[in-house]
Amino acid sequence: MLLRLVPDDTKFPFIRWRRIFFPLSALVTVISLGAFAVAGLNLGIDFRGGTLIEVQARSASADLAAMRTTLGGLNLGDVQLQEFGSPRDVLIRFEQQPGGDAAQLAVVEKVRQILGDQFEFRRVEVVGPTVSAELLRAGVIGVALSLLCIWVYLWFRFEWQFAVGAMIATLHDLTVIIGFYAITQVDFDLSAVAVVLTIAGYSLNDTVVVFDRIRELLRKYKKMPFSELLDSAINSTLPRTVITGATTFLALLGLTFFGGEVLAAFTQAMLVGVVIGIYSTTFIASPILIYLGVRPQTVGDTPGEPAAAKAEAA
Amino acid sequence: MLHFKRWQMVTTLLVSFIFCAMLIPNMLPPDVLRSLPTALQRTMTLGLDLQGGSYILLEVDTNAIRTERTNALRDDVRRILRDSRIGYSNLTTQNNTVQVRLREPKDMPEALKKLRELSAPVGGLFGQQTGATVEINEAGDSAIRLALTEAGLNERIRQAVTQSIEIVRRRVDELGTVEPLIQRQGADRVLVQVPGLQDPGRLKELLGKTAQLTFRLVDQSMSAQQAIENRPPPESDVLMSSDQPPVPYLIERRVVVSGEDLVDSQPGFDQRTSEPIVTFRFNTNGARRFAQVTQQNVGRPFAIILDNEVISAPVIREPILGGSGQISGNFTVQQANDLAILLRAGALPAPLNIVEERTVGAGLGQDSIEAGKLAAYVGTALVVVFMFATYGLFGLIANIAVFVNVGMIFGILSLLGATLTLPGIAGIVLTVGMAVDSNVVIFERIREEFRNGRSALTSVDAGFKEALRTIVDANVTSLIAGLILFYIGTGPVRGFALTLSIGIVTTMFTAYTLTRLMVAMWVKWTRPTTIPI
Repeated sequence: MLLRLVPDDTKFPFIRWRRIFFPLSALVTVISLGAFAVAGLNLGIDFRGGTLIEVQARSASADLAAMRTTLGGLNLGDVQLQEFGSPRDVLIRFEQQPGGDAAQLAVVEKVRQILGDQFEFRRVEVVGPTVSAELLRAGVIGVALSLLCIWVYLWFRFEWQFAVGAMIATLHDLTVIIGFYAITQVDFDLSAVAVVLTIAGYSLNDTVVVFDRIRELLRKYKKMPFSELLDSAINSTLPRTVITGATTFLALLGLTFFGGEVLAAFTQAMLVGVVIGIYSTTFIASPILIYLGVRPQTVGDTPGEPAAAKAEAA
Repeated sequence: MLHFKRWQMVTTLLVSFIFCAMLIPNMLPPDVLRSLPTALQRTMTLGLDLQGGSYILLEVDTNAIRTERTNALRDDVRRILRDSRIGYSNLTTQNNTVQVRLREPKDMPEALKKLRELSAPVGGLFGQQTGATVEINEAGDSAIRLALTEAGLNERIRQAVTQSIEIVRRRVDELGTVEPLIQRQGADRVLVQVPGLQDPGRLKELLGKTAQLTFRLVDQSMSAQQAIENRPPPESDVLMSSDQPPVPYLIERRVVVSGEDLVDSQPGFDQRTSEPIVTFRFNTNGARRFAQVTQQNVGRPFAIILDNEVISAPVIREPILGGSGQISGNFTVQQANDLAILLRAGALPAPLNIVEERTVGAGLGQDSIEAGKLAAYVGTALVVVFMFATYGLFGLIANIAVFVNVGMIFGILSLLGATLTLPGIAGIVLTVGMAVDSNVVIFERIREEFRNGRSALTSVDAGFKEALRTIVDANVTSLIAGLILFYIGTGPVRGFALTLSIGIVTTMFTAYTLTRLMVAMWVKWTRPTTIPI
């Protein structure tokens, strides 16, 4: 007997359920935005500039309190310390020093002098003000550009209602991920941007599969009531959605538990993103199409015939 | 969809095999690798986060270049007007321009003619002249304004960066490190990556010094103190020594000999005092000038200046005709060593500022490799087991396709000589999870068609047809995100974007060819009447 995560011929009334899930999604979105507004993102040194040092105590575990006092005494501004995976590993973060790029490097030297004997320096990262400003700009532009390019692609391949629906679902996902970073205050650095872009890609990937089916059904069954058609489409692609979600999830689980501390934040956020991606495809992207006025005429008979159909549906 | 012509089958298997085979060089021991023809020697490089090492991004101080060019222009103007015996006053600089007022308005045409010689053409893309380095205009009231053009300055900056790369390379090589990677980045930056370097402190010191060495005479017309209080004579500057506390010296601006004329420099020990010194040797030109100056100025002190600091100012006791000498300046052994390195490598055309630095220790690098490998094995194992459980025989097909997929990813990375980082490994694991998707879409479709009443054969055929269109649409969106991330990312994140993007392409390839091929063979051999999923 083969494993079937999703039984055959499911008939979940996803469209009817939107009365529950839309408010729920709205609530989650509001919470995420709220967290972002209140707590803000903990921008890593990639975007804020500064110095990051990972040290490992050579002998016993690290005494964070003592370290805080010693390092505070160096008068290098705000110092953040946190345990990093084991009692012996500590992550030290210094904010950007006034004095341009040269001043940043002096920080490392001073810390090395004080902590050098008791600690092994595992990793040192220094990002000056020039580069951090550039990375921040690149990050923001990159995300915006991706979304734009994908949207244009969707508009070409599908009709505009589908593109809008997919975009709303993706924006929902991104908001939740940002909320995740705001609530957990995990470092938002370049790898966080990688998470955001990858999840955007994954969520859209998912959504396109369902939309493809919806379009196919619209062409085949012109007389079917739209909500029934949508339900049919979602239910028939549900096995694929769940199975792929499961395999991606399993792969990420391997990374989370065995991938080490350095990847930890990255993979955890990715896990959240995958779950949200599946959720948004099933419960947001497709039901939204109802409100966007999609009709059988919208998709026409043959691929690439949206012009006449758009005029009708408009 | 199921009909594979023989050549299609062969091509598919061949392409898959070749790309997978490209990863083999990575697994060979170094001596075996070297015995292969160079074309086959392509391997992946491990990123610094896996190897351990330092990543240093340097920026050329373009403002320093502008200032230096402007000052040089001013000195040239002075020289030309002097030589032409044209009287002038108010020779000033401001931003990138030099202004001068002529004493006699009638000198204007002559002055302009002579000064225009200062301007050199600036080449365009194909060598044609697109502009000049200096723009010379009359500025009313017997004044002339000379402005350095942006085109000229940018050309100079570009040259400076190229020169800097060469000099940085020489300095880094002196450290005896393993295969450093030094490359230009953008318009005014140099990237230095040194695998295995744990403490970049010494490297940063070496790169931080411009190392411009000049020999100039001490101006004895007044004491340095007087020069500070009043004004230094027009041809001299006050420079501080490198002692603690710094002592002021009044030094002539005229450079007698500079570091450019050095052919060698070695650290050593003074014969009498045994303190560390640096010996040097000039080329013929430098030796000649050195001999001239020392002959004419016995008894006068002359200064050895490094980056505008006076290292020492010994008195010339006798003419030095041999073109060699030594510099002593309270050096430690390390300092003498480093100075010799700097002099041998040459002076940087402009100061380099470090704008980004990331160093990973070997310990963390090794741990990361172990963690990456373990996570990859576990993640892949979980996915493989799951696919078997869900699709049985077809699960086997999907798993084979995924393995070939990963092999191809590694093969392409090796072919590109790309860098594998820890996030890159994560990208591969993620690809494993997502690559199965293409196969899942196909299988679910086949299953559905069969349950809807089609025959086994038609189901498979229809399944592939419908599914492939979906697969392309879905993957293109991920690919767009991946490519943009590659473009904006740096270092480890870029490694992730690279493996993810390559993974998406290979996924589409294996789903379209390999999976289809295996299913087609299964159909041919078993002539099924049902679908086993």
